[in-house]
Amino acid sequence: MSALLEIDDLRVTFGGTAAVRGISLTVEKGETHCLVGESGCGKSVTSLAVMGLLAKGGKREAARLSFAGEDIREYDEKRMSRLRGDRMAMIFQEPMTSLNPAYTVGSQMTEVLRRHRGTPRAQAVDRAVELLTRVGITAPGLRLGQFPHQLSGGLRQRVMIAMALMCDPELLIADEPTTALDVTVQAQILRLLAELQKDLGLGILLITHDLGIVARVADRVSVMYAGEVVESAPTAELFRAPRHPYTRGLLSCVPVPGKVKRGDPLGSIPGVVPRIPPGFSGCGFRDRCSFAEAACAGPLPRRDVGPAHEALCILPEGVPA
Amino acid sequence: MLHFLRRRVTVAILVALTVLTLSFLLTRLSGDLAISIAGPNATQEDIELIRRAYGLDRPLWVQYFDWLWRALQGDFGDSYFFKTRVARLILERMPITMTLGLCGLAIALCVALPLGILAAVKENTWVDRSVLMVALIGQAMPSFWLGLTLMIVLGLNLGWLPISGTGSWEHYVMPSIVLSFSAIPALMRLTRSGMIEALASDYIRTARAKGLSRLSILVKHGFRNAAIPVVAIAAVQLGFMLGGSIVIETVFALHGVGYLAWESISKNDFPVVQAVVLVLALIYIGLTLLSDLLNAVLDPRLRSA
Repeated sequence: MSALLEIDDLRVTFGGTAAVRGISLTVEKGETHCLVGESGCGKSVTSLAVMGLLAKGGKREAARLSFAGEDIREYDEKRMSRLRGDRMAMIFQEPMTSLNPAYTVGSQMTEVLRRHRGTPRAQAVDRAVELLTRVGITAPGLRLGQFPHQLSGGLRQRVMIAMALMCDPELLIADEPTTALDVTVQAQILRLLAELQKDLGLGILLITHDLGIVARVADRVSVMYAGEVVESAPTAELFRAPRHPYTRGLLSCVPVPGKVKRGDPLGSIPGVVPRIPPGFSGCGFRDRCSFAEAACAGPLPRRDVGPAHEALCILPEGVPA
Repeated sequence: MLHFLRRRVTVAILVALTVLTLSFLLTRLSGDLAISIAGPNATQEDIELIRRAYGLDRPLWVQYFDWLWRALQGDFGDSYFFKTRVARLILERMPITMTLGLCGLAIALCVALPLGILAAVKENTWVDRSVLMVALIGQAMPSFWLGLTLMIVLGLNLGWLPISGTGSWEHYVMPSIVLSFSAIPALMRLTRSGMIEALASDYIRTARAKGLSRLSILVKHGFRNAAIPVVAIAAVQLGFMLGGSIVIETVFALHGVGYLAWESISKNDFPVVQAVVLVLALIYIGLTLLSDLLNAVLDPRLRSA
């Protein structure tokens, strides 16, 4: 039985810039796979590439890109649109602008079901009410008749989630679903996703830059840097024994009570994610890495460094602790 | 919404009063009306007689309030030339101008909206650039010149359509086409830029992520939002077109309000000129108000404001 989503050597370029440089990952049914990294490292592009939603000028290539065992690399727009919203759904970072201001919540929710299943209006409305209740929205009947501008950010993101679930998708891609929300709402949304996953057996690809979220919800984590997955491991393993210098750097940026003393400087990684020119080889992180050597400019080994734990680095045992 | 409505209506009334005053003053500024009515061969006595007969010897402010009071009751006086009530003259001619304006607008929308959407979808390709070029040419072309060209080609050379006059529906075809040209560039550009903005928006990405059909994404989700300013401008354009029909009706000898205005100006029939200016301006104000209301109806965010 193959994984729900299998990506092997996915590459995305925009003009001369490589945004994603050969990433591989899998999402199993009922699993949450987190993709973490700084802004600009290619997380969102990866998710859009999987959905076939790349902006104009984006080119996608992959050795393998399969969804539920089907090779979707050669799917045209029409076939992709049959999958999207039905079997694979996506929620976005911007709840304030992701709903159409001109239509009511109800109209936007029901049209998914009507499109993919041809469900009659009345039944689609029932389903929308059911899902709005499921995502913790009170008075769902009232909300259906409201326009997006009448809802708060938290409510809108719940509507987006409910809308993504209208057709019982197998895969949910969530691109920073809680970034725009305040912390209490964030916690509610994450709890909601976890619950839904347990009940519906969803596979979730969760994109985030927030390691706190990763620690709470992920089964498996892939750390992305400059268009590559530099380290991938089960969540507990990654937090316990990060091997790649970048992962370690990321973790040191998070204040952990008890570990970081008051007054001590918080870790940071100097510099920003570089723009990768075409034909670039070697490690994209070497200019910011304190362990960099001459060999970092050459081809890098992808090594098993622990149980189901891979890292892309020349240091055989990873960074000395 | 009610607050919004009240403010718009107040502004509209103030603008209408300003127009009333201006249309009165402008006709008085154009010279001594008694002299122009009397004609070149009139004696001083004739002029004095006319001045008294038409009440032009009274102080200006008395004339103004007298005229304003009557105008508010729909009484624009009698035409000097046609010897009938001005209000009746305008009412008789209005359907012709309205037909022309609405046909022009319909043609403009039928051309501008699809082309605007097409240009937006094909942004920065040769399709987009050719559409923009057509808009530029359309904007640069004087309507009387286009009118004469159409007359020569469609009327004289091909003999498909009557050249001038007000008889059958065929008489409206060429003037409507010419009139539509004045509105097409603005409508098209607005549709294009609105669509480009809409298509780049997050809610279009959501619509695509929902797997909606291309038609639904473009029209239901994209154009529905891009259309808000377009509808508003279309209403205002109709006002422009009714006003602009003075030139076109004259070129095609179509006996509408515009033609009436031209006749009256050349015959110094100032009660008619005054009334036509006023009526066209009031229609324009009405259409602007209508466009505000349409905006509110189309944009749910304005509705509850």
